[in-house]
Amino acid sequence: MKRVAVIGAGMSRFGELWNMSFRDIVISAGLEALEDANLEGREIEAMYVGNMSAGRFIAQEHVSALIADYSGLASINIPAIRVEAGDASGGVALKEAYIAVASGIHDIVIAAGVEKVTDVGSSSEIMDSSIDKEWEAFNGATLAGLFAMMARLHMHEYGSSEEDLARISVKNHKNAVNNPKAQFRREITVESVLNSPYVAEPLKVLDSAPISDGAAVLILASEDVARKYTDTPVFLDAVVQSSDYLALQNRRDILEMRAVKTATRKALKLAGCSLDDVGVFELHDSFTIAEMLLYENVGIAERGKGHEAIREGVVELGGSNPVNPSGGLKACGHAVGATGIRQAVEIVYQLRGDAGKRQVDAETGMAVNIGGTGATAVTSVFRR
Amino acid sequence: MLPRFWRKIKYRYNLVGTKCENCGSIYYPPRNICPECRRKSRMVEVELGERGRVVTYTVIHDVPESSKLMKPYVVGIVELDSGARVTAQIVEDPERVEIGSRVRAVFRKYGEEGEDGIIYYGTKFVLDE
Ligand SMILES: [Zn+2]
Repeated sequence: MKRVAVIGAGMSRFGELWNMSFRDIVISAGLEALEDANLEGREIEAMYVGNMSAGRFIAQEHVSALIADYSGLASINIPAIRVEAGDASGGVALKEAYIAVASGIHDIVIAAGVEKVTDVGSSSEIMDSSIDKEWEAFNGATLAGLFAMMARLHMHEYGSSEEDLARISVKNHKNAVNNPKAQFRREITVESVLNSPYVAEPLKVLDSAPISDGAAVLILASEDVARKYTDTPVFLDAVVQSSDYLALQNRRDILEMRAVKTATRKALKLAGCSLDDVGVFELHDSFTIAEMLLYENVGIAERGKGHEAIREGVVELGGSNPVNPSGGLKACGHAVGATGIRQAVEIVYQLRGDAGKRQVDAETGMAVNIGGTGATAVTSVFRR
Repeated sequence: MLPRFWRKIKYRYNLVGTKCENCGSIYYPPRNICPECRRKSRMVEVELGERGRVVTYTVIHDVPESSKLMKPYVVGIVELDSGARVTAQIVEDPERVEIGSRVRAVFRKYGEEGEDGIIYYGTKFVLDE
């Protein structure tokens, strides 16, 4: 196995990009990454693209070839592979790209994620296709509804509250003020979250990440090749993917995300470090309850004490375990298939010291990207 | 539009699941292999009974287009007394539903495809008092 480094990172703006097409969005992220790596483009040997549902969002399949073409890589005939795992598609694309380099098959590859959500489909119904359509959605559940059921159970068993969840949203919005690529760069208050309409009780509109347009790109290289491009590479020391039962009803413990636990434990082992070494986190906050459950399942907080982590401020930018300095999915925008890569880009910026006013001092960073209610989880560990 | 074969699934109307004779686990919907035992599993159909309790629930306000006439509605995860769990609507006033509420299965309409289209039926729950 070769050690894998990140030599370039880039992302488009996230949000409702009405004047940009799918192609424009992915190319804007790709050019930024190439420029960052100081590559011309012909050095790229393969491309892995996370994309959840171009077929339904924009009625375009075969997006692997489309992206290779419009990013100028079809002329050098590289393989381009689309990867789908619900809203963990980006994380899984990163894992595939990592394996390609670590195995020695390729020296320089692109890990990308892209989603354009506003042209054709109804975004919330498409998001519901990441749950079990036949046995959850048919019977009236939605993705938000299932997370709401988890929130209700957590509140019932452990005494967390709607205010605790609101605080997570407030924190992420506050962090995003200093992220120029974020969709929402404005602070909100606990009251405004609590006063926003219910989506699925007890979750409200402002507990939910917006479904957005956006793309993010990382360029990975083997360590020896990376040294030719940079003196200060950030290393991707582990990317581990795990799965769980698709339908929440089949998980015996509704608050335990076993895919997250397994992926995180294995990733830390592979990277040869412990959770205490990790100084910055990007955790999948498609809903505020998802972030709170990730505190517990990643191990920042004990089981049943996720709400204490937000109450005590340990997950704030200045806390001992800062979570989502970028603003998270909530304030950056959740460009579904791009999210896993967008999280990784933020960790790379943090470890390089390029995060500006949202900079955290950390040697090691972790990103956790989940699909649906946690049937897929991808944990990545980066080190400088 | 839903896949046509879904209407033909008898398990949607009758709470019949499968039990693994190797480890005793009960599953709904039915499975061909036990996810815990895999090749060693021996699956047999079992009646799951119609009574159970609410494990957790929510009230859906942002409803899918296909269910907009029912807005808002309660949906929950029900654990049947036999041990299997089912995600289903609970047709009650949201104020009356609680975690732990006893419920009973009923056969109800879930939706339809347009004005003259196919009507979908399935299992819902009511409070068992
Ligand atoms: Zn078994």
